Amino acid sequence: MSNILEMRAVRKSFGSVHALRGVDFSLAEGEITALLGDNGAGKSTLAKIISGLYAPTSGQVLIDGAQVTKFSVKHARQLGVETVYQDRALGYSQPLWRNLFAGRHLTNCFGLINAAAEKQAAADIIAQLGLSGAGVSPDTPALLLSGGERQGLAIGRAMHFKARIVILDEPTTALAVGEVEKVLDFMRRVKQEGRSVMVITHSVEHAWRVADRFVVLSHGKIFGEWRRQGLTAGSLLEKLIEAEK
Amino acid sequence: MNFIRNNKNQLLITLVLAVLWSFFALKAPQAFLSGSIYMTFLSTIPFITIVATAMTLVVVTGEMDLSFASNMAMSGFVFAWTSQTSGSVLLGAAAGLAAGSCIGALNGLMITVTGVPAIVATIGFDFFWRGTVMLLSNGTTRTLEFLNSSPSTAFFIGRVCGVLPAQSLWALVFAMVTALIYHRTSWGDDLRFIGDDREAAKMLGLPVSAARAGVFAYLGFAAALSGILATMEMGNWWPTQGDGYLLLVFASVFIGGTSVYGGSGTVWGTFVGSVIMGIIEAGIVSSGWSGFWTRFVDGLTLLASVSFYALASKKKRWTANG
Repeated sequence: MSNILEMRAVRKSFGSVHALRGVDFSLAEGEITALLGDNGAGKSTLAKIISGLYAPTSGQVLIDGAQVTKFSVKHARQLGVETVYQDRALGYSQPLWRNLFAGRHLTNCFGLINAAAEKQAAADIIAQLGLSGAGVSPDTPALLLSGGERQGLAIGRAMHFKARIVILDEPTTALAVGEVEKVLDFMRRVKQEGRSVMVITHSVEHAWRVADRFVVLSHGKIFGEWRRQGLTAGSLLEKLIEAEK
Repeated sequence: MNFIRNNKNQLLITLVLAVLWSFFALKAPQAFLSGSIYMTFLSTIPFITIVATAMTLVVVTGEMDLSFASNMAMSGFVFAWTSQTSGSVLLGAAAGLAAGSCIGALNGLMITVTGVPAIVATIGFDFFWRGTVMLLSNGTTRTLEFLNSSPSTAFFIGRVCGVLPAQSLWALVFAMVTALIYHRTSWGDDLRFIGDDREAAKMLGLPVSAARAGVFAYLGFAAALSGILATMEMGNWWPTQGDGYLLLVFASVFIGGTSVYGGSGTVWGTFVGSVIMGIIEAGIVSSGWSGFWTRFVDGLTLLASVSFYALASKKKRWTANG
């Protein structure tokens, strides 16, 4: 499998705080990579650089072999990077159709939002995600969805816009067991479509159930990376504990 | 059914207006069943409606602007001075609208660049612009007699077909444009998301700072339009112009169902809210009660409506959280 994303010697500092200290990292197509590590290890900073929210202090980020020179969420989206944040995946008061097309509206010849087309597309996405049966419609406010459904919708949005790299930031935190199952299933579906998934999580169990590759960050550096083959959930947990020492 | 479910707040506030009107029509039929009172409403309520509909977008964004009343006075002054100096009402109006928009944009820049909360920044600007206009005018009223003879004045505040105040049509057009911006443009959509969760909007890649600054400029434009129309209607400009509008505008916005926390609201709700605020005073007086009741009823209406919306929102959240 070829690498869709590569990061070379990436550093990121906030004043005197060094969040990333020369990270080499990659993501492959059709693969789920779990990014693990303690609080403050640099996981979110790394994800935010890929998402375009932060520019690295030094180092290179390459997508499809081309160096990324402009760091903004809009540009990252144009390059096929979509990020789903745990608490901030959707605008809670907004109906689903507005959530799905926020910042990327379908417009008519006058440049106005084509609400009918967006609602139709939203209905299709909801049906594909299997949420129609739960009484969810394009006009349903995000507030009325469960945590797992919100994550699902945000992942559905990424799939609709043909994202090639989907980053999930703590997607299963604070979810009930059934909801976790839904989210893990959504991740598998993204992978089946040949897209690359990076999941940031504190849960070794959840990572173990879906990921093909495990990368552990510690104090802003890569502590180690392993493929599933030859690894057990127990040995992965041991490596994580070792990294946190 | 979907229409009712999706628009229940707007339908409810419209029903409140209908009930209020029916009540006043029963209590004071001589006033509320004659045409003249409606001509008065149509000549005075538009000044509130124009600012309140624009303020809806500001509140939806999760912001607040307490300086628009001073902006009305300042841009009204620019209009009066330019019109008098140049002899052109149209040039004066253009200068006044540009001044109002720039004042609004300055508010927006101050808030987005420095991070000072809007409520504090706009209190500061309120004092600043009111002080500026007092200094520039020496605190005296300007009589603008030439406005009566200018054909351009008729374009803004004349009586269409001899009866309908033109400012009511301007208010209607402005409200429709605002609704179009809010419901059907990317900018309007960005404002909703920013009001809902500013950090989430940033993470979605929305142009948060530009959208926030822009909404203050839009309100500045509305305040200027209202100030200019009020100056034309009265035939003079006065330095305390805009005083008394603050509470009426915010009451119109909140009675109309705009969330105090940002993220949701409707232009229609505010439009109806401004009409409710406009007719309460006339209704009370013509029903034979003392004018002292006006503020009491205004306050009661506002408290009842915001409490209702807050409880309805809480119930929705409870339902969502099982």
